[in-house]
Amino acid sequence: MSVSLAANEGVAPSSSSVSDSPLAIRGMTVSYGQKPVVFSVDMTVAEGSMTAIIGPNGAGKSTLLKAALGIVSPLAGQATVFGKPLKSARHRIAYVPQRASVDWDFPTRVIDVVLMGLSRELGLLRRIRPHHMDKARVCLERVGMTEFAERQIGQLSGGQQQRVFLARALAQNADLYLLDEPFAGVDAATEKAIIDVLKALRSEGKTVVAVHHDLTTVPTYFDRVFLINTRRVAEGTVAEAFTPDRLHKTYGGRLATGQIDQLELAAG
Amino acid sequence: MLLDALTLQLGYNATLVTVGATLLGVASGVTGTFLYLRKRALVSDAISHATLPGVGLAFIVMVLLGGDGRSLPGLLMGAALSSWIGLLCVNLLTQRTRLSEDAAIGAVLSVFFGFGIVLLTVIQTMGSGRAAGLESFLLGATAGMLFNDAMVIAVGGALTLLVVVILRRPMTLLAFDPEYAAARGLNVQRMDLAIMALAMAVTVIGLKIVGLILIVAMLIIPPVTARFWTDRTDRMTLIAGLAGGAAAWIGASLSAIAPALPTGPIIVLVSFALFALSLLLAPNRGLLAVGIRHNRFQRRVHLRQGLLALAQGQPIYEAYTLRLLRRAGLAHADGVATDTGRARAAKALRDEKRWETVRQDQAFESAAALYDGLRDIETVLTADQTAEIDHRIGGPKEVQP
Repeated sequence: MSVSLAANEGVAPSSSSVSDSPLAIRGMTVSYGQKPVVFSVDMTVAEGSMTAIIGPNGAGKSTLLKAALGIVSPLAGQATVFGKPLKSARHRIAYVPQRASVDWDFPTRVIDVVLMGLSRELGLLRRIRPHHMDKARVCLERVGMTEFAERQIGQLSGGQQQRVFLARALAQNADLYLLDEPFAGVDAATEKAIIDVLKALRSEGKTVVAVHHDLTTVPTYFDRVFLINTRRVAEGTVAEAFTPDRLHKTYGGRLATGQIDQLELAAG
Repeated sequence: MLLDALTLQLGYNATLVTVGATLLGVASGVTGTFLYLRKRALVSDAISHATLPGVGLAFIVMVLLGGDGRSLPGLLMGAALSSWIGLLCVNLLTQRTRLSEDAAIGAVLSVFFGFGIVLLTVIQTMGSGRAAGLESFLLGATAGMLFNDAMVIAVGGALTLLVVVILRRPMTLLAFDPEYAAARGLNVQRMDLAIMALAMAVTVIGLKIVGLILIVAMLIIPPVTARFWTDRTDRMTLIAGLAGGAAAWIGASLSAIAPALPTGPIIVLVSFALFALSLLLAPNRGLLAVGIRHNRFQRRVHLRQGLLALAQGQPIYEAYTLRLLRRAGLAHADGVATDTGRARAAKALRDEKRWETVRQDQAFESAAALYDGLRDIETVLTADQTAEIDHRIGGPKEVQP
């Protein structure tokens, strides 16, 4: 008994039941036109883990997240959040969309974007009080953007924009964080700032799921992976699922064998 | 005379028109802000043109029922109904077919407007003769405005403003980041419809004053004007309301002192004047400010390049650079540095080297983020930090005794 406990230390729980998983997706199929982008995908996210969703371009990684959140409507399938239907557990999810999905010339300041994370608390008419501002500033501090609070968002670099999006998600004080390519096109300092925040969230017992592109960083950043290429290829801990044959299966000919061998060396 | 008009001293009808127009201007400016932010400003054009068949049908129905046919609330209800149908058609075409929104707008706008014109023609041949006046909904007509008409505008405008105040947060969230809004559980389609319904309400209550062809201008120009003056959504909404109200007030007053001038078009022209002034003069975003900023930046670049050339003993080819250096007392006409010039040039070269070091060191990340190739190093580093950098670079050693 004590042996197995020790073995599990520092590693995310290898599985959790569907009934209480932070995010359980069943039979999800999404298609744009007649071509399914995501086909009959099951996914069970382990509580307190950090999961990377990986797969080639156009494999349906982002679409799977959007369908789970109801941003795009699936042809079939459903998602439950902490064992409840999405509708009644939505407030426990914080979503960080792709940076490129918004117009950064929008007339708003950094602090206003973070305050959007508090929209549930603020409701329609409640005034923004000093304690709301304090909360927003704390979130900015966590991503190292305090000095930028009053800036117009168009003046930020790509990495800074990504950090603001993360701060907005933090303001929601959610239990499950879903991020769509948080490291795409950001500078090294931002990448480090973001991964530090995400790891801190995990150590608070929160669950993190991120669509991820850079295979070399998977073993150091994440403890679980979900491999997808329209269909689910594999799901499990990095040791179980991030293996050469699974990667071959996911990427087909798009990754050279040599590249995968290098990855394995990095992982080892 | 204009002062009398602006202070509502020109009689009953002029006062009604001015007050009504101002309320409409505020409501349309505020509502238009969210249309603009959602990047759907042109949908309002389809909405407004789609009111016309409703006006015609409402008239026919009211006449058939034995009424007068010219009751304003009745006509406006007809207008609202048909523009709502037009709006749903645009949405349907955009969402269910591969047509893009601009094509859907064009199709709906022209078909509804054409049908409306046919109806107006039919009504004129109905022989009742009472139809005269329906054309005024095209460009607005304020001459015969009644107290009740003004009340319809006042109440409609106030209700519209109230709804905007209540929905301002979800509307802003949706306009900025629709995916995030959807993930938060906001019903995106319903909120979009709410924004459109507000635009429709403004259109319908504005039919009497500016008419359906020009109401688009009252929805779009004030937010575009406001955008020049602020980077915050809440302030932009306020400024757009003020700009819309001011344009309507001044426009209505102008047309009151010169009755030959039509109210609606004059309001639109005044609104445009405010826009033109903002375009030129607004700080930060105005053309003048952008131009000045660009010139200033260019001057700094040339000076810097000139100094670096002096420091490295390279010739200065560009006449503009040399002129700037001479004017600043840094170089002689023949391109040779003055004493100050030599000192400044040496400093510039030193700063280049310092920047190079700063930008390679993660510890100075926040300072390095401010790098633009022009700044003096003291603007981002403390004296101690600069000393440390200098130590790292090394440099002319002290002469050993």
